[in-house]
Amino acid sequence: MIELKNITKTYTNNNLSLQVLKGITFSIEDGEFVAIMGPSGSGKSTLMHIIGALDTPTSGQYLLDGHDVSTLAEDELARIRKTKIGFVFQAFNLLPRATVLRNASLPLMYAGVPKEERDDRAKKALLAAGLLESHFMHLSNQLSGGQMQRVAIARALVNNPSLILADEPTGNLDSKTGNVVLGTFQKLNREGHTIVLITHERDVAEHAQRIIFLRDGVIESDDRSHVQRKQSYDNA
Amino acid sequence: MTTRDILEETYWALSGNKVRSALTMLGIVIGIGSVIAMVAVGQGAQGSIQSSIESAGSNLVTVVPGAQRGVGVSVSGGRGTATTLTQADADAIIAQITDARAVSPELSRRYQVTSKGTNTNTTVNGTVAAYTDVHNIQIDSGVFISDDNVKSLAKVAVIGPTTRDDLFGVGSDPVGQTIKINSNIFKVIGVTVAKGGTGFNNPDDIVYVPISTAQRFLAGDTYVSTVSVAAVSSDAMSSIKDQITSLLLTRHKMSDPTTADFTVQSQADILATASTVTNTFTMLLASIAGISLLVGGIGIMNMMLTTVTERTREIGLRKAIGAERRDISVQFLMEAISLTFIGGFFGIILGWLIAQIISSFAGLSTTISISSVALSFGVSAAIGIVFGYYPARRAARLSPIEALRYE
Repeated sequence: MIELKNITKTYTNNNLSLQVLKGITFSIEDGEFVAIMGPSGSGKSTLMHIIGALDTPTSGQYLLDGHDVSTLAEDELARIRKTKIGFVFQAFNLLPRATVLRNASLPLMYAGVPKEERDDRAKKALLAAGLLESHFMHLSNQLSGGQMQRVAIARALVNNPSLILADEPTGNLDSKTGNVVLGTFQKLNREGHTIVLITHERDVAEHAQRIIFLRDGVIESDDRSHVQRKQSYDNA
Repeated sequence: MTTRDILEETYWALSGNKVRSALTMLGIVIGIGSVIAMVAVGQGAQGSIQSSIESAGSNLVTVVPGAQRGVGVSVSGGRGTATTLTQADADAIIAQITDARAVSPELSRRYQVTSKGTNTNTTVNGTVAAYTDVHNIQIDSGVFISDDNVKSLAKVAVIGPTTRDDLFGVGSDPVGQTIKINSNIFKVIGVTVAKGGTGFNNPDDIVYVPISTAQRFLAGDTYVSTVSVAAVSSDAMSSIKDQITSLLLTRHKMSDPTTADFTVQSQADILATASTVTNTFTMLLASIAGISLLVGGIGIMNMMLTTVTERTREIGLRKAIGAERRDISVQFLMEAISLTFIGGFFGIILGWLIAQIISSFAGLSTTISISSVALSFGVSAAIGIVFGYYPARRAARLSPIEALRYE
């Protein structure tokens, strides 16, 4: 689970300081599917970087599974990321000229998983992300956008993280493929994965159970009413 | 990351852009290749100079007129041309140096030598029968100068194969014919076996005459230009050197060996001087080649910097999924080291090929030593580390957020 306590982030540049996050407090339980929404400049990317242990807050406390992540050094953050967080990016960020399987198993290399076990786990993750086994040995740049994003989802899943963090995962996809990818996230959520989705589109955010709306560095609303809607999706 | 993972990542990265990897490697191939080839030429020259010095005879101590100034280096004014060493000195050495196996006084000058319609400018060496023993001379046809020839001031000559070729035609047998040196007619009584060697110091381009004849009819005085003394063993050489020095100092009525008007050198001294010269020569060649190696190394750095920039997003991704700084820097360093190592390997092959070509076309002997190969490998690995370090560090220090955003 995730707990943020009064998180602030200030960027200082040439004696000009800009406070991007102005005291964010919320928590996410295991198994939740949360969308963090907001217009550009609202601070949602900065918040994502902090939740994803890519950056540390200027003040406040961030607990990830009870560990205080807010004061760690760069390499310590990397160790947190390799075990606890899976990323899905807007631009997929797959290694070109590498097979689907190799892309999906890449995090396991840094996590020190033995070679024999990696392929097994990567295959399971790829199947869970909805890829066909016949695609496993394809090069990643031969795939369609939707397939690429599923490989990225498999890569995020493969080390069985506490949290999957998706940053505008449908931004580079058409709406139909986008919905398929969002459906995949919902399926993974039902299987017990905690998912945090960062987006500026309400349509996308509504696939989550809970929407945290950010404006000018503060939480404007934290809406849990979508729990019901999510179930209505399932029934539909 | 295990070593195997690092190697696999390196393979993927380098094979991803084969042309660029190959061109970058080419810089190292040429650099290492030229170092290997140039050092081979230098060491080959050193080897051939050493063997030609050694072929002059083993355990040799040479006495020459003129003072030697400086240690081992030939900056002696007039050494070899001064006329301070006489036949009497040579006779005294023959009579009194008991550890000497053979002693041969020599008077060597260049003359124009003519035969029927042909002529050549060559070294005329007045000497004695012991010369063959001292300098390992073998006779191909006829006989060498005898002690009787020396006693009787006989006008006889033994010629080297090159001189024979110049005067009488290649492969002919001139024994019994005559040659003319400085308007004196000499009868050819023998031809020596070729010692081999080319260029300035060809030991086969020579005419031997009795030393007494050379002194009386050619030089007109009784000086000698060299006394070569063969020691009974290499252990005896330094004592022979001391004995000759003190004998000649007494004879020349001198007390201070540093101001002596003659020089006693052992073969080891000459070898040391020669190897100083050839070492300098080798160093010069190697440092010129080293410059191209440096340029190759800068090529590696250039490519690695380009790669780091091109793969910024990849680095960002790797960091996001858990790569630590060390993982990233090791990966890029390994790419640079692999380029230089593979380049170094082909460079050694190229250098060997160049050395073979030089020795077969230019007639220079070349030697590729294990040490120059080991040195090249070491240098190429060092270049990989030195020139790969900065790009690797730059990659490792990229902030994952910035790197992921990079367009």
